[in-house]
Amino acid sequence: MLTIDRVSRRFGEVTALDEVSLEIGQGEFFALLGPSGCGKTTLLRILAGFETPDSGAVTLDGEDLLKLAPNRRPINLMFQSYALFPHMSVAKNIAYGLEQEKLGRQEIRRRVGEVLETVGLGELGERKPQQLSGGQRQRVALARAIVKRPRLLLLDEPLSALDKKVRADMQLELKRLQNEVGITFVVVTHDQEEAMSLADRIAVFSKGSVCQVDAPVALYERPKTRFVADFVGANNIFEDGPELLAVRPEKIRLDGGKLEGSVADVSFYGGTSHISVTVAGRAKPVLVAVQGASTVRQGEAVALGWDPGDAVPISE
Amino acid sequence: MGKLRLVPLWITYVFLYLPILVVVWMSFNAGRSPYVFEGFSLRWYGELAANDRLTEGLVNTLIVAAGTTVLSTVLGTLLAVGLARYTRSKLLDAVALMPAVLPDLVIAIGLLMVYSLVQFTLGLWSVIIAHSVFAMAFVTAVVRTRLSHADASLEEASRDLGAGAFRTFVRITLPQLAPGIVAGALLAFTLSIDEFAIAFFTAGNTQQTLPIVIYSMLKVGVKPEVNALATALLLVSFTAVIAGQRLTKLGESRAHD
Repeated sequence: MLTIDRVSRRFGEVTALDEVSLEIGQGEFFALLGPSGCGKTTLLRILAGFETPDSGAVTLDGEDLLKLAPNRRPINLMFQSYALFPHMSVAKNIAYGLEQEKLGRQEIRRRVGEVLETVGLGELGERKPQQLSGGQRQRVALARAIVKRPRLLLLDEPLSALDKKVRADMQLELKRLQNEVGITFVVVTHDQEEAMSLADRIAVFSKGSVCQVDAPVALYERPKTRFVADFVGANNIFEDGPELLAVRPEKIRLDGGKLEGSVADVSFYGGTSHISVTVAGRAKPVLVAVQGASTVRQGEAVALGWDPGDAVPISE
Repeated sequence: MGKLRLVPLWITYVFLYLPILVVVWMSFNAGRSPYVFEGFSLRWYGELAANDRLTEGLVNTLIVAAGTTVLSTVLGTLLAVGLARYTRSKLLDAVALMPAVLPDLVIAIGLLMVYSLVQFTLGLWSVIIAHSVFAMAFVTAVVRTRLSHADASLEEASRDLGAGAFRTFVRITLPQLAPGIVAGALLAFTLSIDEFAIAFFTAGNTQQTLPIVIYSMLKVGVKPEVNALATALLLVSFTAVIAGQRLTKLGESRAHD
């Protein structure tokens, strides 16, 4: 559906995107994940039309996207800041995009009403954006984008401005909506949990390049590089001769292993506990995660071990 | 102790407003003396209304101020938007604001030379254009400041939702800038109303603005009707400033509450 072919973009000395290629399917929920400055936002802005690549091609259902102005693309973007028009009511904000399509007044009113119901803001059409909570604003931004029925919806850090509780609700809401409207979603985020919980597939970016594209579980269980292993979830990386091995904290046992160390710190999170263990000859402590409360205490000697199958070989 | 700290404030206010109060007070003087108040009367307002040179000057000044306001606000706003959205040149920025700090004489002489070069007949139009040159710089500065606080992603959102560049400007950019534009227009109006040097050079012999008329009257001695005139002008300026502030507040509260 969306094909990104060897797209590059430089800003002076900085290479924001270096020959990035991606293939995103119809109806997919796709995440671009990476730390800030990795190029994911530049790619998003290229898709929306606010940035032009130096080289490469982008096609949507075979149609060249790059030659279309932003207002002619069948794509909508939900801005990180939401970018709601402060001088218009919620209903006017949502109607704005439909007015540009020269639809009839009846049709516009009907569709605005429908989409307000869809995002659960049926009563708030006459409010100004400033009179809404963060979560409500986000729903308006989402409604304003999907009411145009774009073929592709781009979401820039959709949950970052929300507090934790609202974020969890909105996460479910986004998935439900995506199922309901059947639009292809591309979300940009620096938050690996957000990407993992939302997306069908994730592309991990680092320094302008794509490191790995995989489904969340595969990405978590089989990272290919040190960067991905480290960035996606907590991980322990061990050097075994020339080889690098990554072992997830929850795969490490605290007894019966060969790696001896002492417990430096224990943090209790309710469902799980995180134990950091200092091991002689290692700069970083080894992180171990156990279910429930910890069975060991600070200062205790432990012998760490894991099943060979849980150690994932990775490249530098 | 708390009251004492307000003393400098009051001194400053007295310093600022005493001359104005004196003029307003003396405009109601029944007598002819500029120093002794001889009783309340509207006599000088009557004389003012009967003085054709002054009333004509007042009308000319209001026409010039209105024309300058419209012309400089439109051009200044466009210039500010152009500078903020389409260039990154610090030099262009500085050059745009230059007429605000240039000595009026330089602008006046320059314009007079341009007018005679293109053989433009001097009149109210030549003053309007001349005033717009320096008033525009003030409008640009005010609108530019407002623009730098405006969220550029709103314009991108408008484009993203299918609006072209022109519709985006009219429906999103302009409403965002409205308070700045009103403030700029007001500034242009008040700057033009009492401007002397540029008007003196660029006005024709027949259609003179009020400051020029008053100046020529000074040569034969001030008559108290000038006090009445100053009070009338004060009223116009005050009304404009208060109306502008109201409009700005209205725009702000619409944008922020």
